[in-house]
Amino acid sequence: MLNLYLNLNRYYFDHNATTPVSAGVLEALPPALAEVYGNASSIHHYGQIAKQRLEIARRQVAGLLGCEPRELIFTAGGTEANNLAIFGVLSTGGHVVTTSIEHPAVLRVCEQFDVTMVPVGSNGIVDPDDVRRAIRPDTALISVMHANNEIGTIQPLAEIARIAHEAGILFHADGVQAVGKLPTNVKALDVDLYSISGHKLYAPKGIGALYIKKGTKLKPHLFGGRHERELRPGTENVPGAVALGRAALDAMTANQDGIGQFRDRLERGILDAVPDCTVNGDRRSRLPNTTNISFDGFDGEAMVISLDLKGFAVSSGSACSSGAVEPSHVLSALGLSKDQAKSSIRFSLGQGNTSEQVDSLVGAVAESAAQLRKLSPAYSASY
Amino acid sequence: MSDHLNLTAVAMSGGVDSSVVAGLLHHRGEPIIGLTMQLWNQRRLPELTPEGGATGRCCSIDDVYDARYVAQHLGIPYYVVNFEQRFEQQVVRPFVEEYLAGRTPIPCTLCNNFVKFDDFLEMAEGVGASTIATGHYARITHNPETGRYEMRKSIDAVKDQTYFLFGLKQDQLARTRFPLGGYTKPQVRELARELGIPVAEKPDSQEICFVPNGDYAAFIDAYFREQGVSPRETRGEVVNTDGQVLGEHEGVHHFTVGQRRGLRIAAGEPLYVIATNPAQQQVIVGRNEDLLRAKLTTKETNWISVAPIHAPRRAQVKIRNKHLAANATIYPTADPLRIDVHFDEPQRAVTPGQGAVFYSGDLVLGGGWIE
Repeated sequence: MLNLYLNLNRYYFDHNATTPVSAGVLEALPPALAEVYGNASSIHHYGQIAKQRLEIARRQVAGLLGCEPRELIFTAGGTEANNLAIFGVLSTGGHVVTTSIEHPAVLRVCEQFDVTMVPVGSNGIVDPDDVRRAIRPDTALISVMHANNEIGTIQPLAEIARIAHEAGILFHADGVQAVGKLPTNVKALDVDLYSISGHKLYAPKGIGALYIKKGTKLKPHLFGGRHERELRPGTENVPGAVALGRAALDAMTANQDGIGQFRDRLERGILDAVPDCTVNGDRRSRLPNTTNISFDGFDGEAMVISLDLKGFAVSSGSACSSGAVEPSHVLSALGLSKDQAKSSIRFSLGQGNTSEQVDSLVGAVAESAAQLRKLSPAYSASY
Repeated sequence: MSDHLNLTAVAMSGGVDSSVVAGLLHHRGEPIIGLTMQLWNQRRLPELTPEGGATGRCCSIDDVYDARYVAQHLGIPYYVVNFEQRFEQQVVRPFVEEYLAGRTPIPCTLCNNFVKFDDFLEMAEGVGASTIATGHYARITHNPETGRYEMRKSIDAVKDQTYFLFGLKQDQLARTRFPLGGYTKPQVRELARELGIPVAEKPDSQEICFVPNGDYAAFIDAYFREQGVSPRETRGEVVNTDGQVLGEHEGVHHFTVGQRRGLRIAAGEPLYVIATNPAQQQVIVGRNEDLLRAKLTTKETNWISVAPIHAPRRAQVKIRNKHLAANATIYPTADPLRIDVHFDEPQRAVTPGQGAVFYSGDLVLGGGWIE
């Protein structure tokens, strides 16, 4: 009993918060850390090796995004990529159109400018016509996430790109949750700017990248040396880039169908085993690994703790807003009540999850839900 | 995990007392988890902490950091749970309203009755902990003859917190443990050092956790400004018992019965607040003798160690936390929730809104709110 927490088998179902570092990345990292310590800007051998590794990594990431290597800037992560994209366009002025379900790394940045936030439908998908109607003569940027981090819904990027380009407006997409889970060919998506993050793709924290379509004018947001096309100063994080490169390479052959089947098995299992719960957001146009479920009668926070004590890692709301009082802005934007939003749990699967893990998670969710509802006067009264 | 019938959730504030509770139970080999209640967002009402720091106030980032550090030191599962909404509804708003109604509330008792031993207890049970343990200085025992859970004062008479716990019901007591009730505060500090608790030397917290420096009037004013309620005209007259106007005041919520401070009246003899009349916005002052009362009535009376009384009974009655319990006879009334208290000797500053707690020696019989 005493060591139940230590001896517990632990299963990870929170891949939208962050992913473990993959075996491939773990293999690529140590030599990059141990041997490639030169400054990629140095003239000598050490610098050249570092520069080579940096450029190999850039080509690998470009392969995943279907762009030219020189269209990629390495950043310290997804938040920084989003900041560079949005500040980079808007620092010369203009209006920005975004959606009400963006990640704070886009929302809080857009709020620094003249912004119109387009609502989404109850399915968690933005209507491209709403974006069109939000455009003004001085609109300089449209920023719409590729896939939502909390509910996984996929946004109609290609249509929005067409609308943006017809109006001569730059189009940025936050691809942090989509990359590795969806086709992310930036040419096919026809975006001008696209942000990705390493730690959602089985690389470590602290590395990300911004795709900048050739010819797109961007102003730097950080100032210093002349690294990364003078858009992102700071000595290049070569080991980070190596890790992201390897993760990108692996992502091109990763099996998303398998993860999708496990997600469906989990979702079906929970809906069958637990009465009075609802899947949030559109169930078709959705990341294959994500399901977000509201449970009547208790707070998601209690469910997360209960499941953690049973060895399962899931989240309520998005990891970043946990601890805050306000219910998820995404679920509120879908029209959920405060109580419904607070009673939601996000399950996000990834490589390493198995059908056995999924089945035991279903059992644990059913058990925790029954225990929590037994204590909920509101639930017992109404059912 | 479904079999952990004896799991205990320790309410960890980041202070010495609750950290020692966690340390003691863990040391005994009991399965525990640590939970910290986030009760109040310290970023609110910034004007109350002008110089940057929110240290020494409850729920500060530092306190959560400390609690997490202790949990990590012990190697126990630890979570922060958010009760801000509940705390505001059940504690902060009633606290403000009571002051404006001319009474002097006890937020700690409201928090115990409606947050800690209610929602928190339920949350703990929901996640699989059948009991909770807190750092309160009080003792709970079960009396097999009466079938009741009894509460006794702490061994440490100075730290005893039973005054704040009079509202606890039997089903709450059944699921609650106060492991520090048998220790003195110096012993608890010593235990903290022995157990290697990282916060062993941390100073004790102040009385009302969400009110900085005890300035509750400033808190109430700031809270109104934050809520966008235009500050009502709260100024009024200070009058004596004959109705003669002696001066002006900034609002009845700045005054409590027995208070001498802040009256700003030059008089031949010391004057004290005897009562406030919020309807007339009057503060009534008088001499020390005018504060003496021999009787009071409690409402919403709760019985702990004994069943509700049906006949008069001798007791010692405490009318505020620092009050020395005074001999009295307690009488049942037609309304079972109301009890008449007749003191043997008149007591100074019987204050509406405070609790009156009935003791028989160490035993807490019960208590209610002074009308």
